Amino acid sequence: MADLVDKGTWVEIRRVVLGPGERAPQVPENTQQVPLEMRVKGFLFEPVRLGEEAQIVTSAGRRLRGILMEINPAYVHGFGPPIPALSTIGGEVRALLHARRRGP
Amino acid sequence: MIREPGYEEIMSQRSEIMRMSIGLDYEQYATGALAFDYERLLADTGYDVDTTYEVQRATAVGGTPLVELNNITELVRAIAQPGKGARVFLKDEAANPSGSFKDRRASLSVHEAKKRGYHGVVAATSGNYGAAVASQAAKAGLACIIVQEAFDSKGIAQPEIAEKTRACEAYGAEVIRLSVGPELFYMFLSVLKETGYFNASLYTPYSILGIETLGHELALQMRELTGRFPDIVVTTHAGGGNVTGTTRGLRKAGASQTQMIAASVDLSGLHMASDHDFNRKSFTTGHTGFSIPFTTWPDRADVPRNSARALRYMDRFVTVTQGDVFYMTEVLAEVEGLERGPAGNTSLAAAVAISRKLDEDRTVVVQETEYTGAGKHPLAQLNLAKQLGIDIRRGDPRENMPGHAIVIPEHPSQIEVVDVDLDRIRRSYLRNAVGELREGEELSETDLEFLAEETRTNRAYVQEVLDEVHRKTG
Repeated sequence: MADLVDKGTWVEIRRVVLGPGERAPQVPENTQQVPLEMRVKGFLFEPVRLGEEAQIVTSAGRRLRGILMEINPAYVHGFGPPIPALSTIGGEVRALLHARRRGP
Repeated sequence: MIREPGYEEIMSQRSEIMRMSIGLDYEQYATGALAFDYERLLADTGYDVDTTYEVQRATAVGGTPLVELNNITELVRAIAQPGKGARVFLKDEAANPSGSFKDRRASLSVHEAKKRGYHGVVAATSGNYGAAVASQAAKAGLACIIVQEAFDSKGIAQPEIAEKTRACEAYGAEVIRLSVGPELFYMFLSVLKETGYFNASLYTPYSILGIETLGHELALQMRELTGRFPDIVVTTHAGGGNVTGTTRGLRKAGASQTQMIAASVDLSGLHMASDHDFNRKSFTTGHTGFSIPFTTWPDRADVPRNSARALRYMDRFVTVTQGDVFYMTEVLAEVEGLERGPAGNTSLAAAVAISRKLDEDRTVVVQETEYTGAGKHPLAQLNLAKQLGIDIRRGDPRENMPGHAIVIPEHPSQIEVVDVDLDRIRRSYLRNAVGELREGEELSETDLEFLAEETRTNRAYVQEVLDEVHRKTG
């Protein structure tokens, strides 16, 4: 069984706000079929295990409940590898400028 | 599973929650079934341009540099007919504290919230505005909650929004990240109700008046640099605030002849409330998914009356492709040394096409940039697009198909703008307006006058369109 996560740990919780079939009538079919989910980070209010119901205190001081999903969640967004379709634009444009400045 | 109680209950309390959280009684500005006194709504806030400057200076907002993009101007002249190719300038709004012009919008909202004694602010936004509100709230010592539409049902976060989550959290805000759907509004209302915080909506008078300094500064900077006001300002257009506030500021500086061109990325074919399409847009703002609905009916916002009313202010409305914007983002970095965007680069791409048709002695201003970084970058967007099976290639940008193919131009001469037919937009606005009338409600003289102002037309035009709507609906 997973260990208890300490009170005061920075975590993320998840909660289903609206289940499939409870969605607003104007949303398209593919959205109707999935839940509206919420994820919020905060400091764990009392020790629980991953996957259990937890309470957090958010940065705004609110107490929220949800399933404990992650401990000290990482920021994973980045850039990724260069995109070949962009890589040569700089050189092409500099060549156009160079040709214009050299004159006809 | 923990479920949210009271969806219907919260939605039915919408008006009451709004009134409490903005502290503005919109009802008192109503002058007809549809008409309201727009100018008085704005004026009653007490923020004229000088006052706004003063508030903004206190938090280092505004006073951003205006720079001539001489290399881009040269590039335009290289592809233009002889004698053509207007000078292109850029207002570097990335120099604001949280990295975008949204600091101008957030500054008055947060200042007002503090003045009125609210303990915190809430905003529903997945964009730069969240970071701006969080930054201003940090300085003012107010709590801040940002509600974002952030990820799809597979848990994949839109990279640009992931960066906004990080930025908001860096400024000490609580960030509520939601999956795709317009029910975000319910969560927003329920947070307002629970906390009693101020609704720092993008569409209050404060948020719009805060942008006036942008247009005002820009006009004065251009006059100092070139000896006269700009001929054209190109503005990236989404919810309408940027077009509205900037034009008002230009006029207040005396630049009443300057043409305002609104520019959006064409995202036609993608549905804004679709879980499937969410991560296939490659753009989070400045696109037609916002600009068309908001121009044709601004009052679909999170306040009773939207203070952003773009149709009143735009002289022209154009679109560019996703590929055009990615191309120009690259060009701006590589020949002007400015790694910025993506949002402002929509108007940059449009400016290139527009400048190409104008005489050399004319001037065109791209009125904003925004900070760039992890997630908020063409590489992040295009890598995600590739992962989702979107074809990315060089070619004719007219073959660009949102959600399927992003076609990066092979040459700057391929960048073109497509005009949105303003007559169609106006008719659509008027149809939407009539649709708002309650059973048996009639339009008064004041309403007809209001609709003419809203559409920048005249009574005869409004009447003709309304007659046509009546004929069609019987």
